[in-house]
Amino acid sequence: MSPDDGWDSPSATPATLRKSGTHASSQIRALLKTLFDEQRLAVLATHQDGQPYATLVAFGADEDLATLYFATPRATRKFANLSADPRVALLVNNSANQPEDIHRAMAATATGRAVELEGPKRAAYQARYIARHPHLEEFVRSPSCALIAVAVKRYVLVRRFQTVLELRISP
Amino acid sequence: MNTKWIVPLEAAGPRDRPRIGGKGYALYRLLSGGFRVPEAVCVTTALYRAYLRRTGIGERILMELNRKQFKDLRWEEIWDSALRIRSLFLRKELPQALEGPVKKALHARFGDSPVAVRSSAPEEDAAAVSFAGLHESFLNVCGAEAIIDSIRKVWASLWSDAALLYRQELKLGVDKSAMAVLVQQLVTGRASGVAFSHNPVNPAQGVVEAVHGLNQGLVDGAVAPDRWLIDRQRRRIVGHTAAERRQWAVADPSGVRLEALPSALQSKTPLDDAEVRQVFDLALAAQDHFGSPQDVEWTFAERKLHLLQSRPITSGREAAEGDQRGWYLSLKRSFENLKELRDRIENELIPAMLAAADELVALDPGRLDDAALAAEIRRRSEINSHWVSVYWAEFIPYAHGVRLFGQVYNDSVHPEDPYEFLTLLGQTPMAGLERNRLIDEMAALVRATPGMAAALQAGEPPAAPLAAKLAAFIDRFGDLSCPASGARHCTERPETLINVILQLAAHPPSHPQAAPGARAEDLKVAFLARFSGAERRRAEEMLDLARSSYQLRDDDNIHLGRIEARLTAALQEARRRLAPRIPDDAAEIDPSELLLALENPAHQLRAQPLAAKATAPAPVRTLRARQLVGQPAGPGIARGPARVILTPADLAAFEAGEILVCDAVDPNMTFFAPLSAGVVERRGGMLIHGAIIAREYGLPCVTGVPDATGLIETGDDLTVDGFLGIVTVATGRL
Repeated sequence: MSPDDGWDSPSATPATLRKSGTHASSQIRALLKTLFDEQRLAVLATHQDGQPYATLVAFGADEDLATLYFATPRATRKFANLSADPRVALLVNNSANQPEDIHRAMAATATGRAVELEGPKRAAYQARYIARHPHLEEFVRSPSCALIAVAVKRYVLVRRFQTVLELRISP
Repeated sequence: MNTKWIVPLEAAGPRDRPRIGGKGYALYRLLSGGFRVPEAVCVTTALYRAYLRRTGIGERILMELNRKQFKDLRWEEIWDSALRIRSLFLRKELPQALEGPVKKALHARFGDSPVAVRSSAPEEDAAAVSFAGLHESFLNVCGAEAIIDSIRKVWASLWSDAALLYRQELKLGVDKSAMAVLVQQLVTGRASGVAFSHNPVNPAQGVVEAVHGLNQGLVDGAVAPDRWLIDRQRRRIVGHTAAERRQWAVADPSGVRLEALPSALQSKTPLDDAEVRQVFDLALAAQDHFGSPQDVEWTFAERKLHLLQSRPITSGREAAEGDQRGWYLSLKRSFENLKELRDRIENELIPAMLAAADELVALDPGRLDDAALAAEIRRRSEINSHWVSVYWAEFIPYAHGVRLFGQVYNDSVHPEDPYEFLTLLGQTPMAGLERNRLIDEMAALVRATPGMAAALQAGEPPAAPLAAKLAAFIDRFGDLSCPASGARHCTERPETLINVILQLAAHPPSHPQAAPGARAEDLKVAFLARFSGAERRRAEEMLDLARSSYQLRDDDNIHLGRIEARLTAALQEARRRLAPRIPDDAAEIDPSELLLALENPAHQLRAQPLAAKATAPAPVRTLRARQLVGQPAGPGIARGPARVILTPADLAAFEAGEILVCDAVDPNMTFFAPLSAGVVERRGGMLIHGAIIAREYGLPCVTGVPDATGLIETGDDLTVDGFLGIVTVATGRL
């Protein structure tokens, strides 16, 4: 919680936005980057024949926000689900499980397509994954563990309880 | 009885300041110094905090204040926030575990004898003292239950609109601010007042001000006091300014009421010279006790002088340039002041305004020669400016009648919806609705006359029966092509008016819902049942005043629009005459240019060239608003394409079923209400025109949406949720 309880905090709001204003969209990008740096876990949504399924994953994000990545053993339900249908969503938020979350917390939902990384790409992302989650090094190095990249299409950012902005990353 | 929740003044100690607040602490020090102060207990900040925590109100306040960035709130929205916060305090009783011991202690101490319940904020002697009247006090409260009700209202006043406006100076924050409350035996004096040990404008003098009766009238500014200046050195009265003594404040069951001063007292000064010196000595003694110049409140009861309050004198606050807060707060008028205002508005200003408009309608600018037309334009411009300034000085403050009633209604009824009171105020015959009815008539004529709609659509001039109605309408209300106030340019043909008639002819709307009428009557009965005797008469008067204030909120703009329309008509006549001299690509011509050209046939007209039409393809909108938060201002939910109004000309394209999105619903836009599916407005407030008209037509309405016209584009698929105050934009597939 910020020292002045968030009231009057100078973060970007719709009032400072203009349509097609790159300035505003860079503010929102900065906000998302800070959120992703601070948070370690994301909720991953997949589905099994239409039945939604949510799980927690330790994640990382590219500088340009175009890719989110996480690791999962190949025997998991989530891996089976995203192999059958690569359309997924990830939710990252900074709530503290307290009543004041309602006015203070921020949540970002990313939608996009998941793909398992291979070859040099896997090596590069694996190094970054380990740098971010050093305690998961053995886990991610395991031959049974897949490293998944999500190519993001949209971010939907919720703040102040009900103010929602949508950032388009790819068509 | 010295507990965590309640500390009697005589049991307080030097370390109690943070929990009993500034006012309580000053009185504790005075009592210890031997001053005669009324018997009192302090309700501690611990009780306030426990109440906030246990009822969840603390978090509710945070939600209310974090809906939007605070800097985006207009004063009206701040007032609305304060009203909603106050409603939380009114509706949530003290939890049993807190109420039991507090009630018992208050009952043991005061029984049913009358008390004053006053705010005692811990910060009070620092910043807040320069904002006298920021928090509320209640006088003549009897019995523990009523005292606890008043305590909740005093707590709520920590979050009053004034406090929210000055939140930075007050360091107001949900986590760090708390309110203690002083419950003080009511001393009903025969004369009361204030005294300054040090005249702020002349340090060699002291000041005593006194009124007959209670000092509430003086403190509120409702009763003018007699004023004495005292030479500090020689303790000699060096000046006395007698007041026009007409009223006094007396205790009544609702607290305090102003009454006519009995004639025997009108000719009598509230104090004799010896008493003036006695009061001044009291102020000096308080100064000695605290070691700084003091501002004291006192009363004489049963020949004894009582000290009610003492606080350090602070120099008046100089408003920084551009600081509008003083003006906002000056809009909060007393009931008495509003009654005078009403009398002036209804009996002088409105008739004069209508007469001015009629006089202008009767004079056809087409019959004047060029020089006379120029003079007429100047004259109309002056008349218009005069009424615009009357609008700001008199009509805008009168709108407070609605707010004042809202507070009285909520305080007595404690409704779940803090805006229920608006239901009682609707269904008044407003000029805006009358105007819409006339438009409906013209639409019905178009519908009933074969071929008429097609002809109008083709741009043909209106046929005879419609043309006559149109002319009569335009004489009365103008052609709806320019905003009511501050118009610089209007379109020259009544296209907007013809469009709305065509739209209405094609889509006859189902008209204002009749249902609220019966409900308004029920609410009125229930409201008035809370009062009896003189109080009931006052409540009736207040409702009547609020209805008149609510009605004026729309009517004044219509009347103003009529006057402005006559100025526009004269300017249009000038443009018509000067057409041969106006360059073809001219978009805007300043009226001063028209005047110069009328008076001097050789004058070369200068005009702004038409802006080149932007033809670049619309940029891809990478960042879009998916959901925007405002205030729920008209219940209901609607979905439809957005029609964003940036200039009055945009209205000409308005189609039935669209959602009106604008910066501020101008009263001259309200005729689109029956055609639209919902209203979204950047300007915030529950009592603004858009909200009032939307309620009148039963349209979902959300106001106070930051940058609504920037983030929403015409054609966007919008959902307006008038229950929750949110607007959702369909942004396509994820």
